Amino acid sequence: MTLALNRIDDRLIHGQVVVGWGQPLNIRFIVLVDDMVAESDWEQDLYRMAVPPEMEVRFHSTKDAIARLDGYRIENSPGILLTGDIATMHRLVADGNVRDVNVGGIHHRSGRTQHLRYVFLTPEEQDALRELARLGAVVTAQDVPAARAIPLEELLASREGG
Amino acid sequence: MSDTPRALVAGHAEFAAGLISAVEMITGKGGSLAPIRVTGMCGSDIENLLRDTMRATGARVIFTDLHAGSCTMAARRVQHAMPGVVLVAGVNLPLLLDFVLAEGDALAAAARAAEKGRASISVHGVTP
Repeated sequence: MTLALNRIDDRLIHGQVVVGWGQPLNIRFIVLVDDMVAESDWEQDLYRMAVPPEMEVRFHSTKDAIARLDGYRIENSPGILLTGDIATMHRLVADGNVRDVNVGGIHHRSGRTQHLRYVFLTPEEQDALRELARLGAVVTAQDVPAARAIPLEELLASREGG
Repeated sequence: MSDTPRALVAGHAEFAAGLISAVEMITGKGGSLAPIRVTGMCGSDIENLLRDTMRATGARVIFTDLHAGSCTMAARRVQHAMPGVVLVAGVNLPLLLDFVLAEGDALAAAARAAEKGRASISVHGVTP
């Protein structure tokens, strides 16, 4: 299986993905699934500039990604599947056979409660993560490889930041 | 520190404050740099913080810690919407020292300082 990580991270491509995960896993490509980014040449150029020369970024809308994931899974080199929100990952779990979901970063926004240093969720988002599990995905929170992977129920029960 | 900031320094955790404290210790000019501390923030919040700080200070130079980092990504978006902004990604201490001691146009000083920063790295004790 060459999609080594299926990650929800609202910052999409950034240091933790490129360096924190990319180097230890020897990642050669990132599949960035985001309907808005898939429509924007400027956004795609921005994310391409963020990765080293040996790493490729492939941009897809959600619908397009679902059709292509099986092909990415049999590539010779390891890659990362990356989405910016739970709703996009939900579609990939439901229709794209994604089975392990990494919650890597959902940051502060009005209405969200802090669960971990890097995970803030509204009640609806908590339910949405539970739905991923109900669909058969193993959901854990882990910002970087050296950190412990926190199981979903422990994530949802955690509260940080007072 | 009493200078008006000529540039922002943005980085993960305490990166910016740490670098600026070293600049202040060495030159007394840490006040010419405004720290941007990024922790637990989404991309748009980082962008807003950068933009608000630039409006408050008048600074048009942004130094960030990591080429692919979220600070740099946010700064690139600010730059896209705000002409006349210089972004230097991968800032180090020698670069900042050169910048704060330079006189004249901040944008040109940033570009010159970037070259000084690049040239400042040396390796000792490693036999190929």
